Amino acid sequence: MFYRGIDEGKVISQEEISDGIFSLLIENKGAEAANPGQFAGIFPNSKDTLLMRPISICETKDKATRFVYRVAGKGTKEFSSLKEGDTVRVLANLGNGFPIEEAEGKCVVLMGGGIGIPPMLGVAKALKGNDVHSFLGYRNKDTFLSDEFMQYSKVYLASEDGSIGVKGNVLDALRASIYLKPDIIMACGPMPMLRAIKKYAEENGIKAYISLEERMACGIGACLGCVCKTVKKDDHSNVNNRRICTEGPVFDAEEVDI
Amino acid sequence: MNTKVTIAGVEFKNPVMTASGTFGSGMEYSMFVDLNKLGAVVTKGVSNVPWEGNPTPRVAEVYGGMLNAIGLQNPGVDVMIERDLPFLAKYDTKVIVNVCGKSVEDYIETVERLNDQNVDMFEINVSCPNVKEGAIAFGQKADALFNITDRIKKVSKKPIIMKLSPNVTDITEMAKAAEAAGSDAISLINTITGMKIDIERRRFILANKTGGMSGPAVKPVAVRMVYQCAQAVKIPIIGMGGIMTGEDAIEFMMAGATAVAVGAANFMNPYATVEVKEGIEKYMMTHNISDINEIIGCV
Repeated sequence: MFYRGIDEGKVISQEEISDGIFSLLIENKGAEAANPGQFAGIFPNSKDTLLMRPISICETKDKATRFVYRVAGKGTKEFSSLKEGDTVRVLANLGNGFPIEEAEGKCVVLMGGGIGIPPMLGVAKALKGNDVHSFLGYRNKDTFLSDEFMQYSKVYLASEDGSIGVKGNVLDALRASIYLKPDIIMACGPMPMLRAIKKYAEENGIKAYISLEERMACGIGACLGCVCKTVKKDDHSNVNNRRICTEGPVFDAEEVDI
Repeated sequence: MNTKVTIAGVEFKNPVMTASGTFGSGMEYSMFVDLNKLGAVVTKGVSNVPWEGNPTPRVAEVYGGMLNAIGLQNPGVDVMIERDLPFLAKYDTKVIVNVCGKSVEDYIETVERLNDQNVDMFEINVSCPNVKEGAIAFGQKADALFNITDRIKKVSKKPIIMKLSPNVTDITEMAKAAEAAGSDAISLINTITGMKIDIERRRFILANKTGGMSGPAVKPVAVRMVYQCAQAVKIPIIGMGGIMTGEDAIEFMMAGATAVAVGAANFMNPYATVEVKEGIEKYMMTHNISDINEIIGCV
């Protein structure tokens, strides 16, 4: 299924699930067609903010999309005040998503760092019943979504201050799990984490898919605002970079130069 | 009701065009808008060879608009000929190719490669503020602008539109230089050079440090410049800068623009181009205007 369009989404519910982290459920057209790892552009209603905010899709529930986001600026601050019945313009579904079929039947490691954790929940859900291990990295013991990951996968925690799980990041937690031999890694999180995962995967001969983030304008591949460097010349751009909003946000770690 | 306008002998079904760089070559937005409804698609700037553009971040939101410093990333003229022009040929709309370059020779090579293609006009980008070589260097001095216009005009088989920069002391000097060198039309404004700083990290938001500002906040500046140029030259003007609605477009036309282009508004609303066209028609109906040409430069 494929859906891409702009629609007046209706807020079903919203709650603050951790300090500054909100879970927003919106009924919007095409929700059921979303792939794990895709994202949506949500437009703030205020005219002070003109561009859409790219927010990863956490999971879909029937005709609704769940977004779990951190309040980081004017747009997300406005989203955090949305209440049941409010409407908001949603441009969805954007980007490619994770290759779920490629992971089926394999030992899969999912890695999420901070606000990169939410999109991995949809991946864990889609891979339910497979050998899935979710590594979730937090700043401290204020975790979120980890209970939900447990419904679909084994869960391993890491925290920067060591207050919960392994002290350090998700890769430290993976290294500590010496008996785990993943065939494939799928990850979303801050750039230093993704860089480290790319290197780790290459050194250990593991296939890795990473979801990148960049400031965006159009979200649909027209403005070329959100590109990343690639190892090879890209077919569309005819130069060594690809559009994160369109060919990404999920890339084979080997193809990107980050 | 007549919405047709004519620029250098090219007839447009309505005055609404896309602003270069905001609409790709139309492919992405064709999922949202019927390109047949547009007066013209103005492509993203294309050069003789592929350009990688600037490092990221390339875009930032600012109050009332945005900054961009894409740096004219483009796949080069060959890909445009193989992929983008055949796509646009399927639609009943005019095609204006925006041409950029680092040297006069680059521009000439691109124009020559496109001369026999399905292109109605060339828009010559001498006003991009985000690349170090070429582009704006040709658009900020009247003699340099005259020279490049003259040289492109000599080789071009299509009418040309010189796209002017607002980042000059007196834009009418540039308009006059373009006209004197034989440009068939001018378009304005390109973006206004701006800057945004992340005060928490004490860093520039854009990797390029500066970027071009567009969006509704620039509209009064653009309308003023269109008006000044309309007073200074006789060649037609394509007006742009912050157009969000049909009313905005009418304002530009009253200031003297024969046609208008919708830019950053596409990002804020993918249907913006068609909504601007419908807004113009609605204005004409409610104000009993039978021919859009009546209002051009009427103030």
